[in-house]
Amino acid sequence: MSESASHTLERQDFDELFGALARRGYTVVGPTVRDQAIVYEEIASSAELPIGWTDEQEAGHYRLRRREDAALFGYNVGPHSWKRYQLPPEVRLWRARRDADGGLTELEPEPRTAPRYAFLGARSCELHAMGILDRVLLGGAHTDPADRARREDVLVIAVQCAQAGNTCFCSSMGTGPTAESGFDIALTEVLEQDRHYFVLEVGSERGGELLGELRHAPAGQHERAAASAAHDRAAAQMGRELDVTDIRDLLYRNLENPRWEEVAERCLSCGNCTMVCPTCFCTSVEDVTDLAGEHVERHQRWDSCFTVDYSHIHGGSVRASTRSRYRQWMTHKLATWIDQFGSSGCVGCGRCIAWCPVGIDITEEARAIRDSEAVGDARP
Amino acid sequence: MGAAAELTRPRPGPMVPASFTVTGKRQETADTWTLELEPRDGARLEFAPGQFTMLSAFGAGEVPISISGDPGGGPLVHTVRAVGLATAAICAAKPGEALGVRGPFGRPWPLEELEGADVLVVAGGIGLAPLRPAILALLAGQERYGRLRLLYGGRAPDQLLYTAELEEWSARGMEVAVTVDSAGPEWLGHVGVVPRLVHRARFDPDSAGALLCGPEVMMRFTVSALAQAGLTSERVRASMERNMQCGTAHCGHCQLGPTLVCRDGPVYAWSELERWLAVREL
Repeated sequence: MSESASHTLERQDFDELFGALARRGYTVVGPTVRDQAIVYEEIASSAELPIGWTDEQEAGHYRLRRREDAALFGYNVGPHSWKRYQLPPEVRLWRARRDADGGLTELEPEPRTAPRYAFLGARSCELHAMGILDRVLLGGAHTDPADRARREDVLVIAVQCAQAGNTCFCSSMGTGPTAESGFDIALTEVLEQDRHYFVLEVGSERGGELLGELRHAPAGQHERAAASAAHDRAAAQMGRELDVTDIRDLLYRNLENPRWEEVAERCLSCGNCTMVCPTCFCTSVEDVTDLAGEHVERHQRWDSCFTVDYSHIHGGSVRASTRSRYRQWMTHKLATWIDQFGSSGCVGCGRCIAWCPVGIDITEEARAIRDSEAVGDARP
Repeated sequence: MGAAAELTRPRPGPMVPASFTVTGKRQETADTWTLELEPRDGARLEFAPGQFTMLSAFGAGEVPISISGDPGGGPLVHTVRAVGLATAAICAAKPGEALGVRGPFGRPWPLEELEGADVLVVAGGIGLAPLRPAILALLAGQERYGRLRLLYGGRAPDQLLYTAELEEWSARGMEVAVTVDSAGPEWLGHVGVVPRLVHRARFDPDSAGALLCGPEVMMRFTVSALAQAGLTSERVRASMERNMQCGTAHCGHCQLGPTLVCRDGPVYAWSELERWLAVREL
């Protein structure tokens, strides 16, 4: 998107966006404060946004803090991701009735009742995560029409990061901090002494039509420079780094590295990292019947490779130890994902670091494995 | 159903089972049954030897089961061992009752690549079930293949599957060798593990192909025995088991190193796998 195509929208006109989206039949999902965290929920006006809040993140640490300004998007990422809408935590796949000979009759695939969503506030790393999930769910030989339906018509209003968190490493993963595609409109929030406004880039025809319904003006040189400075600030603040050079083969060479044992001593195998990860897609299914046994439903729920049951086959679990389960998770994210789906499964959002109850840091683990090879090479 | 309802009704997709009726049932061993299934909507489930379906009994859950029927025609056949809730419910289904079927899924045995070559089929225990369609296809087209051999091992004589058919396959031109881990005096056949049958089988090690299915440990030792006989792991194909829950490469459970068993397997060239199988708990 060329710089000359950017526009400005003043803070006082921001709620026009909600009005325009509602008129077009969209249900807006965006950031809001709940239980001392910024989560994604259905919202109806800018008053529900996390106005004046920011998040402080470190390994095993997430706290909301008051900002000195009234920024709408002055935080990084919280425990929720858009995965909740692409692949909801629990869905009913179908329901049926039992007929006289045990067969399923009146089998009804779940109707597509999902609203037409507008995602407000998606960050660059999250746009990449959505693309990665799309490749997993919609890019193979078998696709579930329900997964496809959930992605149809989703309108994305991205927010460009104007700051990076301590746990962020999107620069390393090539997924940010500035979004270049995958949105209908991208906003950069600018707070000046006496003016609060947004610089808008249009990423699609639909985005352009939406912009037409908002009170906007062409962005001038000053405003474009302010947006650009915000993007640079985020890139400069990147809290963490992960060297991805040759990362797949690095991990394949190190499947028996003693570091897996060390991290397993700390890992609680709780699965938090997989729940907050915007790309972790594992699910399991469960059949549920009523007490009379006449009605059956199959439910699909998020699952985690950190559970013992996850790899269960007759005779026991393939991955019985925490060591093997952490290794599975991290090598999947950074290495086997590349073979399975054509890209890394990590976007550098840092959620797994912040939400790990013991503060295990994927960047630190990858570094330790890389460094152990360097030490090994130095030996005579 | 009215036209409007047709329009809004979602297409079922790969996660929704089709109802099949049990039309035939035979007990193979104390805990294993072979079921014949016919689709309620009439359309035969076309498959290639080596593929599997996701099979479910009403409300009891769903499991991946290899297809054991004849790829050339006839009912959908599954041989199932009752080892858990879902498999026990499937094995308890009576003729006339219904089961849910999704699929077929997975990469089949590459039989066309074996044309002109000797083919060794090596099975351990219930591992013969996924090989039965391959055996039937090999026998049906045996003029296109070299010598056909089946090496089959079970824990005991009463644990062997398809015993009547083994003789039929032998009569049709397949050399069949059977061994058991242990047996009473009434057993007059081989006693010992399957890999020990490899050196007795005649095949051209430079061109033969081998199809394996059984416990992983049995397959490892068979691959070693084949390698000693000169048959390298590129020409060994093995059918693998992991916890397949969706069949569509979406649920993650069946990962085996950089592969997904439901998508990239269950049939692999052993050479694709050996690096990963060498790592414990991968």
